[in-house]
Amino acid sequence: MSLLHWAILAPFIMAACVPFVRKKATAIHTGWFVLILPLVLFVSFLQYLPVTMKNDSIMQTADWIPSLGINFTAYVDGLSLLFVLLITGIGALVVLYSIYYLSKTKESLQHFYVYLLMFMGAMLGVVLSDNVITLYMFWELTSISSFLLIAYWFDRDRSRYGALKSMLITVFGGLMMLGGFLVLSIMGNTFSIRELAAQAPELNNHPLFLLAMILILFGAFTKSAQFPFYIWLPDAMEAPTPVSAYLHSATMVKAGIYLVARFSPIFAFSGYWFWIVGTVGLFTMVWASFNAVKQTDLKGILAFSTVSQLGLIMSLLGAGSAALHFDSLDDNLYTAAVIAAVFHLINHATFKGSLFMVTGIIDHETGTRDIRRLGGLMSLMPITFTLSVIGAFSMAGLPPFNGFLSKEMFLLSMVQLAELDLFNLETWGLLFPVLAWIGSVFTFIYSMIIVFRVFGGKFQPEKLEKKPHEAPFGMLISPIVLASLVILFGLFPNLLSYSLIQPAAASIVPSIIPNGGQLDVHISFWHGFTTEFMMTIGVVIIGIILYKFLPKWIGMYDYFPGKVTLNNLYNASLYTAERGSHSLTKSYMTGFIRSYLVYIFAFFITILGFTIWVKGAFRFDSSNTASIGFYEVGLVIVLLIATATILIAKSRLTSIISLGAVGYSVSLFFIIFRAPDLALTQLVIETVSTALFLLCFYHLPKLSRHEEKRRFQIGNAVIAAGVGLIVALIGISAHSTKLFPSINEYYIKNTYTKAGGENMVNVILVDFRGFDTLFEIAVLSVAALGIYGLIKLRLEKGGEQNENE
Amino acid sequence: MKTNDVIFQTIAKVVFFMIIFFAVHLFFAGHYHPGGGFVGGLLTSGAIVLLMLAFDMKTIKKGFLIDFKWLISLGLLFSAGTAAGSLIFNVPFFTHAYDYFQLPLFGKTSLHTAMLFDLGVYLVVIGVTMTIIQTIGESE
Repeated sequence: MSLLHWAILAPFIMAACVPFVRKKATAIHTGWFVLILPLVLFVSFLQYLPVTMKNDSIMQTADWIPSLGINFTAYVDGLSLLFVLLITGIGALVVLYSIYYLSKTKESLQHFYVYLLMFMGAMLGVVLSDNVITLYMFWELTSISSFLLIAYWFDRDRSRYGALKSMLITVFGGLMMLGGFLVLSIMGNTFSIRELAAQAPELNNHPLFLLAMILILFGAFTKSAQFPFYIWLPDAMEAPTPVSAYLHSATMVKAGIYLVARFSPIFAFSGYWFWIVGTVGLFTMVWASFNAVKQTDLKGILAFSTVSQLGLIMSLLGAGSAALHFDSLDDNLYTAAVIAAVFHLINHATFKGSLFMVTGIIDHETGTRDIRRLGGLMSLMPITFTLSVIGAFSMAGLPPFNGFLSKEMFLLSMVQLAELDLFNLETWGLLFPVLAWIGSVFTFIYSMIIVFRVFGGKFQPEKLEKKPHEAPFGMLISPIVLASLVILFGLFPNLLSYSLIQPAAASIVPSIIPNGGQLDVHISFWHGFTTEFMMTIGVVIIGIILYKFLPKWIGMYDYFPGKVTLNNLYNASLYTAERGSHSLTKSYMTGFIRSYLVYIFAFFITILGFTIWVKGAFRFDSSNTASIGFYEVGLVIVLLIATATILIAKSRLTSIISLGAVGYSVSLFFIIFRAPDLALTQLVIETVSTALFLLCFYHLPKLSRHEEKRRFQIGNAVIAAGVGLIVALIGISAHSTKLFPSINEYYIKNTYTKAGGENMVNVILVDFRGFDTLFEIAVLSVAALGIYGLIKLRLEKGGEQNENE
Repeated sequence: MKTNDVIFQTIAKVVFFMIIFFAVHLFFAGHYHPGGGFVGGLLTSGAIVLLMLAFDMKTIKKGFLIDFKWLISLGLLFSAGTAAGSLIFNVPFFTHAYDYFQLPLFGKTSLHTAMLFDLGVYLVVIGVTMTIIQTIGESE
């Protein structure tokens, strides 16, 4: 366990302490104590920057289950450091924000901070793990803590619905991913991602390669809310706003992005990776931005916008995978896509985090998030307005904010995809820039909605629950910090170029970096009148026009069939699964023992009959059968008649008597086959059991004591005949195949010499195999006590009746 | 009208002892001839049932001052104890021992620990049968 491990585990340890802090220090908001941790972690992780800037990495291993090759390996390189800084940095800001957002008295803060710290630790574990099993463990911990956070206000229906939905979808993806990890580790014979990446070329030719890739992508797509799994994210907006800001914009949803980036060195050589990641990302981007426009809830818009932006990053990662196919080119255009992805990842975390916090402020100060009720807040909440302008304009991709730069780089990459022919791009390649452009237009529109619908227009105080005013300063600190970063990164993008972006991009596409060299990352603010700049101008012009005439065409959304949505699909499939399994279970679990007996016997017939047939096990060999005597024939006839009488008897009394006849014939058989002990016992036992049957008969309730004939049911007859046939076949076959001599020679020889007895049966019962007898008498005892208990102990009639009465 | 079953009762008293003796005979003969603890026990309880039929249950209960459930545990204790006794002599569980002894009245007799085990079986069977019959018979 090194310091790095303790850093990952620190949030969990802190989480364990939070309830005590909350209980002891009631005067101070618990958040202040929690705040220390992410700050310390952020600063301490900054110290790794010099290492990763040289494209070096640090690895620390602690044994967890060494016998299975599962270790807790922490691995810091450019990519993980970027994520760690995002998690701890934004974590600190979110904790600070939550101190002002959540009431000290009304909310159960200990739960909130325990879940939040759990999540933070899990997230650190995800991005710092080198072992896939450890990664998976932390991955599921993020799902669980996110579930707990979404349902933080668990007395609300919507919260529980959203939590359950996100849990089901992300855990589904997580399990798929576990499958992918296992396939991958079987292929590469190691659990270490680094070692797997080292043998990427061999893995590429492995027959299971595609399976592992698709399974892992399931995990990434569900977590990062890609199409069609994005549906949980809008419902996760029921969580407290700090949670939405932290989990559902900056960190957890980027776990999928991280996964794709982390596994790029392994999978990106494949054309499938390019197509799946690229198209799913791009389609998600367009689809979600399109849907964001029609939302009326501010957080709903932001949720869809998050989905859309994640799709954008995902598509860039897909496009970046093409870089690996051109490692000869000096000026690799595709690495630009990876760089853009990393850059946009940072930008998105900054502006989306601040936008969520702004939304939280609006909600907090006006009491609603519905944009139809909001308006004209510009003069009332000037700082909030400024912050949301910065965030939204950056999201829309306007200069001078950082979103502009990454959007330009995105468009550039998409344009280049159309130009170069790779993986048969020449036919479909044009779709990439077109879709990207359409997506950008919608992004522009909803960004404008966020700013101008809320802050512009007419102030409608009558629709608001509270009198709106500017938020307290403490609440504004975090969004101000994030918004300043938006501007800072926008004006001086190269601050990040070689400190964060270059190392991260280098970890995503390590194979194209010359030894000891660095990727050329230079983000220029102004790059001339290029295609992508023209496209941005187009986005702005078309976007403004569309926004102006929004009321004219917003009705277009009504033409989309409201029923055929993914949400309905999810709800319907849950409902169908529940109803379906209910009716399925109900259809065969009838509650009648006869049905279950039919299943058991039918199964018995099928399995045994099938086995006999497949194995050709039926044998008939009459060589060692004895000759049939006169008494046997007579007894068999008696036995058959008695048995038939039981079946066709009209009265139960006849059946009981016939059963007795069967029992006595059997004891006669024992006599004929020279088993005097058995015959004796059989006689006595048959007498006793017949007497007991008669007793039962006598006590039958008067009402249903009709003496009526058993109804004939063809199914039962078939089953009964089948069982009889199968048992007969097995009996004959078993008798016809004698594999080894019987053990009875031993008993015959030793009954007198070793056990001092002459009755072999009894000697076997009490001496050779007395152990069985011991437990048979135990069985008898239990039966007797059981009967005693059943009859004497009648609790339902008049409570505790005394058994000694 | 009060039924008079004096013949049945008189015969039952006599037959009871015959059955008991036969049962005891079966029990002791078990190691050399057909019989043994199981059949012996069943017949013994059969004899008691006969008495129960001839007289009534409460009278019989007064005659047999034992709770048959105790008989079950006593029998189990005998059986398990015999089986476990071998452990004292450092031989495997359930090892029986036998030898021939010169006894004052019986002459040369073979004594066998399996007999003790069988005694356990005998007692359990009596206890079980009688418990079942008594319980069912007494219930309404």
